[in-house]
Amino acid sequence: MRIRLEARSEPSRLMSWVSPLLAAAATLVVGFVLFSILGKNPLEAFYVFFVKPVESLYGVAELLLKASPLMLCATGLAAGYRANVWNIGAEGQLTLGAICGGGVALALQDVGGVWLMPLMILAGAAGGMAWAAIPAWLRTRFHASEILTSLMLVYVATLGLSYLVHGPWRDPEGFNFPQSKIFGDAALLPNLVPETRLNVGLLIALAVVAVGWLFMRRSLAGFQMRVAGLAPAAANYAGISSSRTVWLGMLIGGATAGVAGVGEAAGPIGQLLPSMSPGYGFAAIIVAFVGRLHPLGVLLASLLMSLLYLGGEAAQIALSLPSAVTGLFQGTLLFFLLAADVFINFRLRVRRRPVRAHSTAQALGAARSA
Amino acid sequence: MEQVAALVALTLAAGTPLVFAALGELVTEKSGVLNLGVEGMMLVGAVFSFIVAATTRQPWLGVAAGMLAGAALSLVFAVLTLTLMANQVATGLALSLFGVGLSAFVGLQYVSVVIEGIKPLAIPGWSDLPFFGRLIFAHNPLVYLSLVLYALIEWFLFHTRAGLILRAVGESPASARAIGYPVIAIRYLAVLFGGACAGLGGAYLAVAYTPLWTEGMTAGRGWIALALVVFATWKPLRVLAGAYLFGAVTLAQFQAQALGVAVPSQLLSMLPYLATILVLTIISRDATMIRLNAPASLGQPYHPDA
Repeated sequence: MRIRLEARSEPSRLMSWVSPLLAAAATLVVGFVLFSILGKNPLEAFYVFFVKPVESLYGVAELLLKASPLMLCATGLAAGYRANVWNIGAEGQLTLGAICGGGVALALQDVGGVWLMPLMILAGAAGGMAWAAIPAWLRTRFHASEILTSLMLVYVATLGLSYLVHGPWRDPEGFNFPQSKIFGDAALLPNLVPETRLNVGLLIALAVVAVGWLFMRRSLAGFQMRVAGLAPAAANYAGISSSRTVWLGMLIGGATAGVAGVGEAAGPIGQLLPSMSPGYGFAAIIVAFVGRLHPLGVLLASLLMSLLYLGGEAAQIALSLPSAVTGLFQGTLLFFLLAADVFINFRLRVRRRPVRAHSTAQALGAARSA
Repeated sequence: MEQVAALVALTLAAGTPLVFAALGELVTEKSGVLNLGVEGMMLVGAVFSFIVAATTRQPWLGVAAGMLAGAALSLVFAVLTLTLMANQVATGLALSLFGVGLSAFVGLQYVSVVIEGIKPLAIPGWSDLPFFGRLIFAHNPLVYLSLVLYALIEWFLFHTRAGLILRAVGESPASARAIGYPVIAIRYLAVLFGGACAGLGGAYLAVAYTPLWTEGMTAGRGWIALALVVFATWKPLRVLAGAYLFGAVTLAQFQAQALGVAVPSQLLSMLPYLATILVLTIISRDATMIRLNAPASLGQPYHPDA
């Protein structure tokens, strides 16, 4: 008896939506085992990790608050990934967004005004785009892999922010802590739900997800990007410029990550700190994949990923587990997703065959492919 | 003169983790598999080597554990990409993200632990020789090991039958299979070897170079190693040269600080990353040369029955 993978004649649409659920379930099983090994009651740990954080209104608000930057970044990344543009530097583009948006807030602290917030968001988007433009230019002009250059720029951006808050932008009255001045009221996103930290950043993120959906589904450029991703040769033949695809893919990702950076600076943080994100830019890669590179999927996946962040924090307090368990779960989820995705294009076949016939078939197969 | 020898020794020490990781990735890529998870495998290698070294007080046992951990993580990659035919880029990314999370998780209790690491050689008589003692006879044993590894890989890839088969698999898996070579099995071995080497690079950092464990201590070296393989146009000797070039760049930031250069430390710390972007760009500019040197099937999924 032999179990083998057999190619499906066409990808299974059903599997492509079931697979994230399978992956999430498998991750829960791993969590169950992990909590048991660590000597925690798994059911209690599950409750603390996945239910307790969202039992209160405040908790739900926190869930949406943390989901906002994730869905922003992931929407932009998904557009690029659809076109086979592998921007993995959203974390750096987010940081640049925070620097540029925050820079505007700090420079115009005494001026204020209703136009300050739109200006900050524009500056943040421009900063993220500028940071993403570097890998795009290096890729289109010099064929340098955008995977490596966009990632290297994450380190450069983080160091740049660290320099700014340790040096020129440090709050002179901040007791020497590496942090900027606290933003003025006009530079903070208005609150959405009283008694919580949820702000209008969520609405911006939802709007961007909607625009992302329209762009990919209804616009010519979005269509061309999808073609370029699915069939590069056909795209080339149809005259779709591959460098335009790379530019679009990178710039969209940079812009959304930049806006996410402003959202963090002008939202829950309210100033510039050496680190503006607990790895949202990287987690967004997972969100994009788990969400099937589809806006609706991204929306749901960002909520799941946000819950992992909240659960990690809660587990740290209530179960004295390290919050790094979040990263562990994120990685595990992506692994299981990639494994489950196999069944989109293949199905399992169990075959009983005599050994000899089998080897003949193999020999024939080998002769054919030769 | 003595200072020149010391500088060379420091450069070798700083470049060695890259030598291990990049040579391993080179072998993996020569078989046609692109594993972007080097950073994750290095971190996991670093943390497990450190834990074993700290609990057993045997740093060499730690090194073995680091290699094993790197190989174990690469096995996950191999199963996903080779058996289940998952996308290599996405799986490699997953490996790096997972490795960052796993290493931070298991290493948490060891962050401020002090261990007795593997020390540089001190051969009586030889290591004390003027100039040459420092230049040749007083490196860390793992630095010598990395040079041995280089020589072995150069010999294996280009002077043995097995190496030729590995390269054939990377150039044209369908042809290699038609002749009767087990493409998937060979790729499994190449991926595992790359994982063990990345783990070794991480172990070198955690039990020899610094010796300590901090979260994310590889600081992007895994990604730099990936860039190095491209920079080296898949040639082992150039990997070695590139790794030491980066060792020198890493060193330059500390040297500048020691000399009191009035540049903020964060800006100096950007140097290795900017240098990576620069050399990657310069080498990639010539697309034909990359195409001629890169293994032809690099990164493409391969299904034996398709």
